[in-house]
Amino acid sequence: MTRQRRNLALQWLAFAAFLGAVVGFLWATVDWPVVRRLFFSGEVLADQFPTMITEGVRNTLVYTLIGFGGGLVFGLIAALMRRSAIPPARVLALAYVDIMRSLPALLVIIIVGFGLPIAFGESLPDWANSNFAAGGFALALVAGAYLAETIRSGLEAVPKGQTEAARSLGMKSGQTTFTIVLPQAFRIIIPPLTNEFILLLKDSSLISVLGIVVGQRELTTIGRQFSNSTGNYTPLIAAALCYVGITLPLTFLVRKLEKRANAGSR
Amino acid sequence: MSGVNMDSSGSSQTVASPALVPDIDVCNLTKCFGDNEVLKGIDFSVDPREVVCVIGPSGSGKSTLLRCVNRLEEPTSGQILIQGVDICDPDTDLNQVRRRIGMVFQQFNLFPHLTTLGNLMVAQRKVLGRSRGQSEAVAREQLEKVGLSEKADSYPSQLSGGQQQRVAIARALSMSPEMMLFDEATSALDPELVGDVLAVMRDLAQGGMTMMVVTHEMGFAASVADRVVFMADGVVVEEGPPAQILEDPRQQRTQQFLSQVLNPMSD
Repeated sequence: MTRQRRNLALQWLAFAAFLGAVVGFLWATVDWPVVRRLFFSGEVLADQFPTMITEGVRNTLVYTLIGFGGGLVFGLIAALMRRSAIPPARVLALAYVDIMRSLPALLVIIIVGFGLPIAFGESLPDWANSNFAAGGFALALVAGAYLAETIRSGLEAVPKGQTEAARSLGMKSGQTTFTIVLPQAFRIIIPPLTNEFILLLKDSSLISVLGIVVGQRELTTIGRQFSNSTGNYTPLIAAALCYVGITLPLTFLVRKLEKRANAGSR
Repeated sequence: MSGVNMDSSGSSQTVASPALVPDIDVCNLTKCFGDNEVLKGIDFSVDPREVVCVIGPSGSGKSTLLRCVNRLEEPTSGQILIQGVDICDPDTDLNQVRRRIGMVFQQFNLFPHLTTLGNLMVAQRKVLGRSRGQSEAVAREQLEKVGLSEKADSYPSQLSGGQQQRVAIARALSMSPEMMLFDEATSALDPELVGDVLAVMRDLAQGGMTMMVVTHEMGFAASVADRVVFMADGVVVEEGPPAQILEDPRQQRTQQFLSQVLNPMSD
C-alpha cells in the first residue's frame, strides 16, 4: 500500500468512526417510535398535504413574487438615483438603502402592515389591507434596499467604454442606460439576484404576523396551524420539504449560472 | 450653414461657406486631470476630406485631444468647433454633433449582449430613428465593406480582435458620419491582425472621409496621411506633410521620438 493510499484509507476510517458515533448517540437517546408517530405520520400527511400545496406553496410563491417584483422596481429606482446628477436624489436613495438594511424585516412588516392602513385611513382601498398588498409591499421595501445595492454593483461592473461607445454614437444618457448598460448589468448579477430571491422566499414566512386569514396563509403559517390542531409535527416537516423543493432547484441553477459566468462567456 | 460671419466675437453662431470651415477646429485647448496638465494650449484642425495622423510618445496627450473632440473628455479651457459649431457651448446639442462624428476605440467597445447586426443597428434606430428594415440594410452594406458579411449574426465574443475592430468601424460608419476619429485602433491587436484593420481605414481615407487618427503605425501615417502632427508633453511640437515630419523632422524632440520608434534596439 502506497503512502498516499494509506493516508486516504485513514481519512475514510476517521469519517466512518465520526458518523458511527453520531448515529449511535441518536439511536440510543432518541425515542424513535414517538418520532415516527409525531413527525412522520403518513395519515396526517395525507390529510393535510393537498391544502399545504394549493394554499401554502401557492401563497409563499405569490408573496415572494410580489416582494421580488416590487423590490426590483424599488431597487432599480434607488440604484439609478444613486447615480443621479442631483445630490438630494442621491442622498434620498442612500437613506432608503441604509435605513431599510438596518431594520429587521419583521419590524418593517409590522410597521407597514399595521401602520399604513391607519396612516392613510379612508383613502386606502379595501384590497390594500390584505396580507398580499400590505405584506407584499413591506417585503418589496426590504428587498428593494438589498436589490438596489446588487443592481448598483452590476451597473458599476459594466466597463466605462460601453457608455463611451454608446454616447459617441449620439445616444442620450437614458438610452445608453436602458439599452446598453442595464441589459449587461442584469446578466452580471443573475446569480446574486437568485440568492436574493431565495432569501425573500424564506422571509415571506414573516407575513403571518399580520394576522392569519384562510386563503392568505403561506407555508410556515399553515404548517404551524395544522401542527397545533392535530398535535402532530408532521405538517411542519411537510412545510420544510416544500421549502426545500422550491429552493434546491434554484440553488442548482445559481451554481450553474455562476460556473458559466466564471467561464467568461456572456 | 452658409454665408460668412465676419464678426469675430466667437459666438456659436459662427458660420461660413463649407469650404472654408474646418471639420475639426481646436483653439488653445487645455485639459487638466487634477494638478496634472495633459494638454497645454493645443491648436489643431482637420479640414474636410483631410486625413490627419497624430503621433507621439504615450502620455503626450494625443488620445486626450482626440477624446476632447467629441467631448468624451471635458476640456478645461479653450474652444472646439465641429464644422463651425462650438461643442463646449452649453446650448449646443451634443448628441446632434456626436452622431456626425464616428469614433473607433482601442478596446473596440462592441456591445457584448448584441449580435454584430444589433451593434450596427441599435444607434441607427435610437438616434437616427431609422426603421428596422432600413437600418438592417445599412448595417449589411457596411458589414460587406469591411468584409464581414458572414458574421452578421455572431456575438462579439465569437470574433477575433481584428474582426471586432472592423465591426466597430462598420458600426461607426452605419451612422453615416461626416468625420471619423480613431483612437489607437490597432494597438490592442495581435500583429497579424493589424493589416486587415489598416486596410479598411485606408479604403475609408481614399473614399474621402475626414479622419483624425491617433496611431503608432508609422507606415500607415507615411502612406495615408495628408498631414502628420507630432505631440509630446501636452503640446504640438511639429506638424506638416508626412514626408517632412517622418523623414526630415526639424525639432530635436521629433527626431528623438522617431529614432526610438524606428530603431527600438539602438542605444
